Amino acid sequence: MPSSPQTRAGADTSLRQCWAVQRRVLHALLMREVITRFGRKNLGVLWLVGEPMIFTIGVATLWSLGGMTHGSAIPIVAFAVTGYSSVLMWRNSAFRASGAIDQNKQLLFHRQVQIIDVILTRTLLEIGGASASFIVLSLFFMFIGWMPPPVDLLEVLGGWLMLTWFGASLAVLIGAGTAFSEVVDRLWHPAAYLLFPLSGAAFMVDWMPERVRGFVLLLPMVHGTEILREGWFGNVVQTHYDLGYMSFVCLILSLAGLSLLSAATRRVEF
Amino acid sequence: MLSVEHVAKVYHTRQGRHKVLKDISFALEPGKHLGILGRNGAGKSTLIRLIAGAERPTSGIIRRGMSVSWPLAFGGAFQAHLTGLDNLKFVSRVYGVDYRPLVPFVEEFTELGKYFREPVLHYSHGMTTRLAFALSMAIEFDCFLIDEAMVVGDARFHERCHIELFQKRADRAFILVTHEAHVIKRYCTRACVLHEGNLLPFPTVDEAYEFYLASLAAQPMSVEM
Repeated sequence: MPSSPQTRAGADTSLRQCWAVQRRVLHALLMREVITRFGRKNLGVLWLVGEPMIFTIGVATLWSLGGMTHGSAIPIVAFAVTGYSSVLMWRNSAFRASGAIDQNKQLLFHRQVQIIDVILTRTLLEIGGASASFIVLSLFFMFIGWMPPPVDLLEVLGGWLMLTWFGASLAVLIGAGTAFSEVVDRLWHPAAYLLFPLSGAAFMVDWMPERVRGFVLLLPMVHGTEILREGWFGNVVQTHYDLGYMSFVCLILSLAGLSLLSAATRRVEF
Repeated sequence: MLSVEHVAKVYHTRQGRHKVLKDISFALEPGKHLGILGRNGAGKSTLIRLIAGAERPTSGIIRRGMSVSWPLAFGGAFQAHLTGLDNLKFVSRVYGVDYRPLVPFVEEFTELGKYFREPVLHYSHGMTTRLAFALSMAIEFDCFLIDEAMVVGDARFHERCHIELFQKRADRAFILVTHEAHVIKRYCTRACVLHEGNLLPFPTVDEAYEFYLASLAAQPMSVEM
């Protein structure tokens, strides 16, 4: 075989090399996506964090004016920051994944780049941006005393991870679904819009009448938001959630999403 | 060694299933130059996309025992908001190569001047093609895929491509698809004809050429895919 001074990339790789390839590809895609989306002008990549921050501050302001906490002991800004950040976690990844395959299929000419890498990249960026926005806002509001420090940071992290899992599995499902039919994209937009008020961001399950709770708790993200808030506020709030149920739903969504994505990969045409 | 084993490709069109490739098998040894002749719509570009791995075959297997390039001079993966340099960085990262030593070659070959650091959306067609070709050369592969229709440019560009590819990299394998037989006669050691979904091998390039000319005369033009 002819040799050359450089590494000849692109032959079938062993499992051991896969991890290195995976890291390279994700790095390349992340850099590409960041420059493409945010450019080099004005704040550039800082918009990744700035945009969700502006949204969250806006929602916190509106909810403060509207008195959304219904006389509960939670400070309203803290309620809005924990709630809206939770929404960003599961919703934005899926928004960015919608149509991602068609927009990026030319990248598949680089054989190391797979469709899941494209969706993974966008999900990582969204989750990174939403997480950073949550952290920056919490630190700021804790500093000026509008938000109490978290009671159980580990539980906050747990709720956060569950919402991440839900968001990522939803992103894979929506991303793969849109490759089959754009109806998925058309339905996802109203669904996301309608799910927002039901997602537990704007209410605690405990405020609901008892017969309504069962229905609300069918939505997996409600559980994640409740866990996160229990971690943050501790005994001040009464929470209702079932970690097992949320894990189960996320697992089903993940498996369905991955198998759909694998089918979508085989279907890619130019 | 690159081997293509019983590969078929079916597209789903509005008028039903359309079988572009029926049963394609061939193997390519390292350093060998294979030419594939086919008329417009014969499935040449489809075959190249399958070998490149951008699309999956409907059935059959493609084994890549050597590294296979993306189709030469393919610029479709350029992101319009990225500069030429960004695109070089991107492919370098994907293929695990340091981009810095490659900058002088790409700058010199593309003759983009200051535009090398401007977004690709401001490039002319010729500039894009030169960048695409230079990036294909910047990453080293054992086997290059060449869709002749993609490498469009003036005589000077062709001459420089010729030097980079067929002289400096004469030790590499390549697969060249074209509908122009003289290109294959000039560069290839072996030729096949892609005819009605099958790949027909010929003992010599001349025989392939004759069959191809005869088939051109025998049938009306098929629809461009």
